[in-house]
Amino acid sequence: MNHMTEEQLIAYREGIAEQRAAISDHLAACEECRAELERIEAVLAALDTLPMPDPGADYGRRVWQQIAPRLPEKRGRWWQMWLAPRRLAAAGAVVTLIIAAFVAGRMSRRDHGVDNSASREQVRERVLIVAVGEHLGHSERMLVELSNAGPSDPAQKQVNISAEQRRAEDLLEENRMYRQTALQEGDAGLASVLDDLERVLLDVAHSPSEVTPKQLEAIRRKIDARGILFKVRVVGKELQQRQEASQPAPAQNDSKKKERNKV
Amino acid sequence: MNRMQQSIENAQAIATSDALAVERTLAGERDAFRVLVERHSQNVFRLAYRMTGNQQDAEEIVQEAFLRAYQKLGQFEARANFGTWVYRIAANYAIDRMRQKQKEDARREPPRAGSADGVEDDPMNRVADDAPNPERLTQSLELRKQMEQALAALSYAERTAFVMRHWEGCGIEEIAAVLKSNSGAAKNTVFRAVQKLRIALQPIVGTRTQAQAMGTES
Repeated sequence: MNHMTEEQLIAYREGIAEQRAAISDHLAACEECRAELERIEAVLAALDTLPMPDPGADYGRRVWQQIAPRLPEKRGRWWQMWLAPRRLAAAGAVVTLIIAAFVAGRMSRRDHGVDNSASREQVRERVLIVAVGEHLGHSERMLVELSNAGPSDPAQKQVNISAEQRRAEDLLEENRMYRQTALQEGDAGLASVLDDLERVLLDVAHSPSEVTPKQLEAIRRKIDARGILFKVRVVGKELQQRQEASQPAPAQNDSKKKERNKV
Repeated sequence: MNRMQQSIENAQAIATSDALAVERTLAGERDAFRVLVERHSQNVFRLAYRMTGNQQDAEEIVQEAFLRAYQKLGQFEARANFGTWVYRIAANYAIDRMRQKQKEDARREPPRAGSADGVEDDPMNRVADDAPNPERLTQSLELRKQMEQALAALSYAERTAFVMRHWEGCGIEEIAAVLKSNSGAAKNTVFRAVQKLRIALQPIVGTRTQAQAMGTES
């Protein structure tokens, strides 16, 4: 039997081995290589005991106090604020929303033959409800997938969550726009849940793309501690009910459509 | 909506978003940068301390990393992660600083045998020379000293790669970007670092483990 090289075992231990499964299979069958891996792990475990000084909870504040006087003034560049790619994408989503609301408003006006600002307002709200509902659905799916993620092999030292991380990054900007809109619309309840969701999305987006099972467990605990999945489900359901309640009476519409069809 | 409510909402928005804080800083709101400093200082400190093994050096690296990040903020790619970006700036600065410090130390002291020609010190030689007796090995402080020496004997690239991978869980691509190399070379650097640490520490750790198993360690 060909034994694993030291390089392969170190790469395996540090989660950077290319043929992980093959090494795992070999380790399961080879006592000699297992013992060698244990010796490597003993050295690394000893290094892990090296103390790390705690700079204190207010460390960030102290760093700011030290560097703030040394920061040169930056001249604002207004266009940078709007040309940043992420903001452009989110702004695109909002523009889509506005266009959808406008088109829906026009259609609703044509249907009823009344130029009524209150009904336009309702249509806009309905479009927002649908968009936020979809956003919450996507966020919920990402969080559920993250909660179910885990090493496919018990010996696996790293779990790749890069897909969830990328989705969290994309959802983050949308979430921010919806939260600001909810605040402007005076919907404090929705804004608060979106705020909680934003913090969780930030945590996920800022995690390393490959995490140890322990780090993954810590992320899960944060998600659980905020009860965000439950809140997202409850608000999603509530939005669905609001959407159904804000739909125009189907019987009336149908009869009008039927009448139009007759002509 | 009154002004206070608006400023509370703005503060809330800044606190929850690195990207927004970057955009606002670029738009001229210097205080928006504070959120980024407060949010990422601890992580950058951890990296800097692991790389230098010295608290004062680490604190200076943190400050310099954020100052450089502020100055280069216009180059920050908006789709990137600010935490990763400032981390990379800190790692690069830590490497420069360690190099500079070594040069200054070399000017002050006569060079040690083996490093006069600029070749990095080999931990294997140092451990062999300093090998302590078994009684001393059982003491945690001594083990700690040996581990710090073994880490200090790594090259900057090796130490950076090891710290970023083993302790900070960074991806190989990220390490390669800091080391300005490719992912194959970065993997190789992680391997060399662990191999050197192992050669330097395994005899000591082995003795200690044996002592623990025999119940002779105090």
